Amino acid sequence: MFKACWNIIIRDLRLAFRHPGDVINPLFFFIIVITLFPLGGSPEQKVLMSIGGSVIWVAALLSSLLSLDILFRSDYDDGTLETLLLSEYPLSLLVLAKIIAHWLITGLPLLCLSPLLAGFFYFNDQAMRTLVITLLLGMPILSLLGAVGMALTVSLKRGGMLLSLLILPFYIPVLIFSAQAINNSMLGLDVTGSFYFLAALLVFLLTLSPFVTALALRISLE
Amino acid sequence: MMVKFIHKLASPKYFYHLSGKLLPWLMAMCLLFFLLGLVQGLIYAPVDYQQGHSYRIMFIHVPSAWMSLMIYIIMATAGAIFLIWKIKLAAIIASSSATIGAAFTFIALVTGALWGKPMWGTYWAWDARLTSELILLFLYLGYIALEEAIDDPRSASKACAVLVLVGVVNIPIIHYSVEWWYTLHQGASVSKLDTPSIHISMLIPLLLMTLACKCYYALTILMQARNKILWQEQNTHWVRALITENQSKG
Repeated sequence: MFKACWNIIIRDLRLAFRHPGDVINPLFFFIIVITLFPLGGSPEQKVLMSIGGSVIWVAALLSSLLSLDILFRSDYDDGTLETLLLSEYPLSLLVLAKIIAHWLITGLPLLCLSPLLAGFFYFNDQAMRTLVITLLLGMPILSLLGAVGMALTVSLKRGGMLLSLLILPFYIPVLIFSAQAINNSMLGLDVTGSFYFLAALLVFLLTLSPFVTALALRISLE
Repeated sequence: MMVKFIHKLASPKYFYHLSGKLLPWLMAMCLLFFLLGLVQGLIYAPVDYQQGHSYRIMFIHVPSAWMSLMIYIIMATAGAIFLIWKIKLAAIIASSSATIGAAFTFIALVTGALWGKPMWGTYWAWDARLTSELILLFLYLGYIALEEAIDDPRSASKACAVLVLVGVVNIPIIHYSVEWWYTLHQGASVSKLDTPSIHISMLIPLLLMTLACKCYYALTILMQARNKILWQEQNTHWVRALITENQSKG
């Protein structure tokens, strides 16, 4: 059973590296969105320091949303999803494997960008550390929540816009706690409370999201 | 006895006939409560010593805000009933509730803004309650959009049931994170409506208006559900019989 999950993760990673665009484009999008804010707002250090956390997290939300397509879309198109549904293993476990793979492809690479981002917004060391931890805890939450929305809309021809309408409200708690933690640590405040909340949310969704996603997939593929 | 009644109620035909008998009563109750509540609230209730006459917006605002939350919970319950017991009627209730719920949420937001202008000097403030009400509106709109997008009505109602259940789990999380965000942002400077107690002369019209809103919700939902039942069951025997009967009458 765990072998099956492992195989799915390996397969998705291999597919992602055959199409490097799937990995690089969301990152590229992320950087472009972030560059827009100093251009559209103000390049002053004081302003950038105060909006840095929010801007980074809004961009992370959007890029995670756009990259959800690779989670189920191509598998739906070529019929892989149906074979997964018919397999002898519990669907929720296989779905969890796919979500983990999605996080490895889209969530983890964002971490490598964080030093660059911290430089853009003149973060101090503590804010930089908070940024890394919030990305580490928050990105899997986005993948877990997004999987539910993606599963509900996968059979629709133009589900992209609808998906963002469904999922963005659910992303709000992650945005609030992550951005707030970064902004607070810029001021030198203690932010462990936010970390605990994000961690709790992560554990909560890790236990529930695969089941709901599996149910939604069964409905979509009926 | 109870189980038998629920089983009977779940059959579209029985529900159609029962709701037909209920409709005039509900309509009368709805009108009566609205009339009593409005007269009491707008004419007899005393003027607030701080807020003047503008506090009377409360008699619309507060019931709509309560309804907006209640309807979402009803939708979630109906969605769960539909997913577990496959009762079609529950799906109909859930989907007809969505537009009414969105309307109540919208009314609560608009009346809140109109109230905010004379009281706080601004139409909108990023207050925790206002923000969570706005997010609730987004959840309603997302639900309606998903239902519109899926062509097959059966899978649409299933997908919507899943969505509304995910939403009802998330609403407390969203609400409390918004509340903490607000308190982190700035200390309590505008506390609204948190008067320790409300005088009986204002409470009675408020409760009457709440009852009126509940009757209105029950009324509109029954009317919508009846339409949807007729549409879904258009090929069954009893609907055909009903149509020929109506045709021979008029």
